Amino acid sequence: MAMTRREFIKFTGLGLAASSLGMLGFGASGEAQAAAVRPFKLTHATETRNTCTYCSVACGILIYSMGDRAKNARSNIIHIEGDPDHPVNRGTLCPKGSALLDIVHAPTRLKAPRYRPPGGTEFKEVSWDFALDRIATLMKEDRDKHFIAKNAAGTTVNRWTSTGMLAASASSNETAYLTWKVARSLGMVVFDNQARV
Amino acid sequence: MTNTWQDIKNANVVVVMGGNAAEAHPCGFKWVIEAKIENGAKLIVVDPRFTRTASVADYYAPIRPGTDIAFLNGLIRYLLEKDAIQHEYVRAYTNAGLIVKDGFAFADGLFSGYNEETHSYDKSSWDYELDKDGFAKSDDTWQDPRCVINLLKQHVSRYTPEMVSRISGTPQDKFLHICDLIAGTAAPDKAMTSLFALGWTQHSVGSQNIRTMAMVQLLLGNIGVAGGGMNALRGHSNIQGLTDIGLLSNLMPGYLNLPTDKEPSFDDYMKTKLYKPLRPGQTSYWQNYRKFVVSLQKAIYGDAATKDNNWAYDWLPKLDVPLYDIIKAFEMMNNDQMTGYICQGFNPLQAFPDRGKIRRGLSKLKFLVTMDPLDTETSRFWQDFGPQNPAKSTEIQTEVFQLPTTCFAEENGSLVNSARWLQWHWKAADGPGEAQSDIWIMSGIFHRLREMYRKEGGAFPDPILNVTWKYTDPISPDPEELAKEMNGRALADLTDATTGAVTKAGTLLDGFAQLHDDGTTASGCWIFAGSFTEKGNQMARRDATDPREQGIAPNWAWAWPANRRILYNRASADPEGKPWNPAKPVISWNGTRWVGIDVPDYGPTVKPSDGVGPFIMNAEGMGRLFARDMMADGPFPEHYEPLESPVENVLHPKVSANPVARVFADDRSAFGSPKNFPYVATTYRLTEHFHYWTKHALINAILQPEEFVEIGEVLAKEKGIEQGGWVKVSSKRGEVVCKAYVTKRIKPLTVDGKPTHVIGVPIHWGFTGQARKGYGANTLTPSVGDANTQTPEFKAFLVNVEKTSAPVAA
Repeated sequence: MAMTRREFIKFTGLGLAASSLGMLGFGASGEAQAAAVRPFKLTHATETRNTCTYCSVACGILIYSMGDRAKNARSNIIHIEGDPDHPVNRGTLCPKGSALLDIVHAPTRLKAPRYRPPGGTEFKEVSWDFALDRIATLMKEDRDKHFIAKNAAGTTVNRWTSTGMLAASASSNETAYLTWKVARSLGMVVFDNQARV
Repeated sequence: MTNTWQDIKNANVVVVMGGNAAEAHPCGFKWVIEAKIENGAKLIVVDPRFTRTASVADYYAPIRPGTDIAFLNGLIRYLLEKDAIQHEYVRAYTNAGLIVKDGFAFADGLFSGYNEETHSYDKSSWDYELDKDGFAKSDDTWQDPRCVINLLKQHVSRYTPEMVSRISGTPQDKFLHICDLIAGTAAPDKAMTSLFALGWTQHSVGSQNIRTMAMVQLLLGNIGVAGGGMNALRGHSNIQGLTDIGLLSNLMPGYLNLPTDKEPSFDDYMKTKLYKPLRPGQTSYWQNYRKFVVSLQKAIYGDAATKDNNWAYDWLPKLDVPLYDIIKAFEMMNNDQMTGYICQGFNPLQAFPDRGKIRRGLSKLKFLVTMDPLDTETSRFWQDFGPQNPAKSTEIQTEVFQLPTTCFAEENGSLVNSARWLQWHWKAADGPGEAQSDIWIMSGIFHRLREMYRKEGGAFPDPILNVTWKYTDPISPDPEELAKEMNGRALADLTDATTGAVTKAGTLLDGFAQLHDDGTTASGCWIFAGSFTEKGNQMARRDATDPREQGIAPNWAWAWPANRRILYNRASADPEGKPWNPAKPVISWNGTRWVGIDVPDYGPTVKPSDGVGPFIMNAEGMGRLFARDMMADGPFPEHYEPLESPVENVLHPKVSANPVARVFADDRSAFGSPKNFPYVATTYRLTEHFHYWTKHALINAILQPEEFVEIGEVLAKEKGIEQGGWVKVSSKRGEVVCKAYVTKRIKPLTVDGKPTHVIGVPIHWGFTGQARKGYGANTLTPSVGDANTQTPEFKAFLVNVEKTSAPVAA
């Protein structure tokens, strides 16, 4: 009987009916034993295809989460493993990729915007509106003050050098493109990424 | 990478130099093992340390950090002297026979045109002799002393095996054995692959390190073939993508250059980008540059980019310096020239050299914004963490915003891997708490700014008010819509000149060949054209079928450009179109067109008899053994010592280090001398950690919990350092107190007759996360970069090491 890996998992998880166990080659005692085993937890999980966030080998991964994506259900990621269908990693992961679950649920994941005023000794939580309003105001103040429309020779240069940005290196192409649009429309030139380190 | 990860299995020789794939790219490295087991490949590793990659090598040789060019120029000398080159390939596909201008010269460490005051070259002599039609003169017999191959022979003649060993510390017999193994791949049906990473890039001569091996690969006929190529393994999951999309100070999407002050008008800009063929009948694909730029401006500015305003050329910022790279940014901060800085998923307090300077720079800002899933050191630079981050919070006036973002598992989108594959990924869950995507945050900042400019006016609001933002949800644009915008679409009905086929206005484009320079097409990143077409999201394709199991998998995801998996694959066949290696053909000529398992990197119906070269992006159609004016530091590679080196350059003591390295005065004064800092240090990564992220992950923090340095047994004995004992490692810029791992993996080298010790400094620890606090390797490293890219010289610098006692528990 030909089964893909995923069908196998589904199949073995579906209540472990006697007939199906027979097909899998269990004898009668095996059936009883298997019936007593806790159903494989991933059979109840939602599987999502993704790519390891670390190096650019870009191993395929399968993320398993509890929650069926219903409107009122909040998904919780419970397991991550290598994608056996992926032509490069073929299901394997390295010591970093194998521990991806721990980075998703790291206790140092940030959960709210925080702000530290000049001379402050600690962060305090603030609203998104406070943070983004204040950032935009600071950027505009600086841009209006330091924007260079023409250089000494009178050539139109339209650049802004006094506020800079470092772009991410594990963010998506789509994030990168939107970031490029925003930064360049502002005239920003102190603009770099992590390609070098 | 020119090739794919799986394609490594086709190699006969694998050279890992400037990288440590077994530890840094483990799941890609399996293809090296596959090559060894299934293809009988020999693995050669050249590295200062006996790494885990070295542990499975067929042949290992040690090398002093920062001397790779000496080694590789010696290899080129060997290949030319033994005539171990792929003659037909070199003759037909490289510029070996082109004649170089009379004014070009090299003497005492300097190429012609050097300006001592500006530390730069006038490169006008670094070019070919042209005939009356503007084509490069050529001597196919290679008799002319001014043809490239003869100038190259002369240039590398100084790199004898004795000299290579004297500079690099690699024993002569080991060097020669490696030369011999590599020379075997000059046979037309044999291939060598070069795998490298930061071990080559993070030097003041980083770009030239890579270029030297590229020249070796051209001489051996190993570019474009299965199992060959130059394969940059690359670091972060989407650093290829961010580079492709031009998130660098001098770039626009698709490797287009941002204009400079010297190009006041669009016509001036285009004049430097005509790319007229330098040999008769050549493709010189960059001749389409104008189409790519106009289509980009149409994507960014839509209807506001018109012929009349030169496609909104003035709205692009112009550069007055070659780069506003990160080293320069922190120099500007320290000189009070910057107000604000935004760090999106980037932790420069850990990642950039001379940590003290980074901390001082951030302290001078008016505001700092960090966007990250994790609590980074950078976002807390102002907080006192003891000796690992001494800070007086009350004296630091920087406003700091720490914005929580979602991570990879919590969003849709595509990433580009090192083999140029764009792979789509899907969201599995929401982020924690109030975390938001970078797209939502950037949109939020942008909308607020645009609204203020709309209401209040301000400095040059035009580009801000006109940038296109036609997304279904403008607050949080859908990644699919952004991907389609990068792919590009027709803005008017387009009729194909040859087939007459009509592409309707609004239709997504199939590829960059459809782009126009008259405003009838828009494409946000021309090299991604074809990734999201009317047939759907090509990046989401999941058919792993692999014809002949040759490692191409053409229907898995999508590769730029044009879904091509092996770059320069025309060079996998001989001039008549027959594969050099009949057992592993990539493409071949069937009498009417090019066919094979990959998309031809060539006109699909261009006849072999037309003599069009395989390197279609180059104006001469050939691979370059002589780089013309493309490199800042010379058309041929030359050995220069690192800025901090234990020895003088024995080839030319007066020009010891890279003469065009950009060094700021304060950074120069922070360089140490071998008198006080006698040991060579090199930074590296552990297989259990990824940069400064995984110390936040419990399992990885347990696996490698604390900062250490690696010291060879001989030096440890000399200094009385015990296994696991405490040491103080210092450079002129700072010191690290940590444990010593005394090892057999690093042995002293004999350099210019003197014993030279190398110390390994892993980079992973800081003061946030779950691992123990560490000072960070960048406390020690010098602030100087590669002369072409400004990649910091993390791989070769000077330190001292002393035994010390355990720190008193806080």
